[in-house]
Amino acid sequence: MKKPIRVLIAKPGLDGHDRGAIVVAHALRDAGFEVIYTGIRQTPEQIAATAVQEDVRAVGLSCLSGAHLRLFPRVVEILREKGAGDILVFGGGIVPEEDIPRLKEAGIAAVFGPGTMTAEIIDYLRRSIT
Amino acid sequence: MGGSISDAKEKWREGALRRAIGKIGERRAAFDTSSGIPLDVLYAPSDLPDFDYLRDVGFPGEFPFTRGVQPTMYRSRLWTMRQYAGFGSAEESNERYRYLLEHGQTGLSVAFDLPTQIGYDSDHPMAEGEVGKVGVAIDSLADMETLFRGIPLDRISTSMTINATAAVLTAMYVAVAEKGGAGRRGLRGTIQNDILKEYVARGTYIFPPGPSMRIVTDIISFCTAEMPRWNGISVSGYHIREAGATAVQELAFTLADGIAYVQAAIDAGLAVDAFAPRISFFFNAHSNLFEEVAKFRAARRMWARLMRDRFGARDPRSLALRFHAQTGGSTLTARQQDNNIARVTIQALAAVLGGAQSLHTNSRDEALCLPTEDSVRTALRTQQIIAEESGAADTVDPLGGAPFVEWLTARVEEEAAALIRKIDAIGGMRRAIESGFVQREIQASAYEYQRAVEARTRIVVGLNEYVVEEESRGELLRVRPEVEEGQRARLAGVRAARDGAGVERTLGLVERAARGTDNLMPPIIDAVKAYATVGEICDRLRVVFGEHRPETGIC
Repeated sequence: MKKPIRVLIAKPGLDGHDRGAIVVAHALRDAGFEVIYTGIRQTPEQIAATAVQEDVRAVGLSCLSGAHLRLFPRVVEILREKGAGDILVFGGGIVPEEDIPRLKEAGIAAVFGPGTMTAEIIDYLRRSIT
Repeated sequence: MGGSISDAKEKWREGALRRAIGKIGERRAAFDTSSGIPLDVLYAPSDLPDFDYLRDVGFPGEFPFTRGVQPTMYRSRLWTMRQYAGFGSAEESNERYRYLLEHGQTGLSVAFDLPTQIGYDSDHPMAEGEVGKVGVAIDSLADMETLFRGIPLDRISTSMTINATAAVLTAMYVAVAEKGGAGRRGLRGTIQNDILKEYVARGTYIFPPGPSMRIVTDIISFCTAEMPRWNGISVSGYHIREAGATAVQELAFTLADGIAYVQAAIDAGLAVDAFAPRISFFFNAHSNLFEEVAKFRAARRMWARLMRDRFGARDPRSLALRFHAQTGGSTLTARQQDNNIARVTIQALAAVLGGAQSLHTNSRDEALCLPTEDSVRTALRTQQIIAEESGAADTVDPLGGAPFVEWLTARVEEEAAALIRKIDAIGGMRRAIESGFVQREIQASAYEYQRAVEARTRIVVGLNEYVVEEESRGELLRVRPEVEEGQRARLAGVRAARDGAGVERTLGLVERAARGTDNLMPPIIDAVKAYATVGEICDRLRVVFGEHRPETGIC
């Protein structure tokens, strides 16, 4: 049997709206992923450290406060510094479309906005992590 | 007579209805509300066998307040149209407030940024990227003075969405008013000050639940004595609903939080009728129109009976549940965003038919960003159209007495009461939160809703049905990135200009009060007047109270 894919779902910054993060975490778990949820109010440093320590294949970042441009790229940066640049980083939340190219340039592989079906995220992760 | 209606309904069900269904069927095998309450095809007076009009419904302004808290409701005065606003710097937010007041808004509602809400100054590392984003950044009294420049605090009412740092921001409001010559006794407004729901939704807590409840009680007790026209707490179901709760859960958890605050204030030695008249509530208004109206009506009836029977309140103002409503942010879609105007209209109508005292209508673009001036105006106009054109405000509780509405009101009440009994059995709301019960309930509902949307058993127009390809929209409101830098510079200026010794002395008194049992409000007012910052005051409290660290892990 194939080993389940480990994913970290994380809430960087001060935003406490975690409904989306928790729903995604539940959906991934039900789809056979192994999911770790950080809880709210994590710094990019803490998230990267947890990702490395837990040996996850992907990190999903959720932010609804508008701080995504500052916080998401920082997580990628620190992961690269730690030699863990192969961990896939994706994100979601209240992210205006015009910010998505900037996030992708900074190494965020995919951004899932409001209204995304969890099935789409599951498909995406299965396709991207082999 | 009930018997004959009941027989007639059965006859109709077996005859005309059965034939019609046999011929054309029904759209679904079963119908239910968003809380999962199953619905019959039709309600008649016989569906209310134990219904006693005078006992259960009565008249507006009288116990049990099912029909409303005042005898005339909107025939005398419309609800307060109060749009939640604030972003960037105090300067910019002040401009938006003046814009809203010029366009006929009748009260202010202040949104603070997350560092202000969580007790970090704008130059704290945790504040990075968050300054001015979801609300206005306030570090010291200097920012608060700018925020309310040119606004007559003795004539308007102001609502402030502030919880963990409510004591500090209330102190600043008092200080600004007093500097401008308005006394604290005349100030009208509301602070949210509802910390319990922050542990289960929204997440802007700082301290553990125990000390947090002490701060809440200190504020209530201070407001009771010194600010008689100020609502020292707004018990909020709004965010619980946004986190995924059903209408029934929203109602039950909100009232259970209310019970916890009332008990805490009584335990602190306050007489129930001294503070209970100033307790206010804040509910969500979602799209299932009748269930929402039933929820608001049930809330009033339940609170009136709880306050009378459980806490022995006698003052009618202690028994009357007054509430602010806001339309449901989580119901808005990022796609086809003009559809959101229709959603907001239905939700706002539910709040009005439910007897709200004040209302915020969301703007169509809020699934993507903070609202632009243009979309906020449309949201405000939506309220004005309901007020001036729909006729919904022209008679009190227009849906009251309808068999369906009375049945649903009773059913929502019954289910919420069962949930409150469960929380009582756990040992009250604080215990229920600490044990994770409330969080699990909300998360289960949120997940179930998402699954229903993905299975398309619940239709969201433009999301899982009636979907079109569309270009992304042009104008978005963006908080300028320079805001953070500017705010830090202003903060540095304040720190350089103030009397350092005075700040140290007043902060010491805040810490001393925290270690003892004296009310925290007077020393906090002195500290903010000395231009101590939100972060500095909260740091002194952190030393004494510690910080809340929720459990996390694999879910």
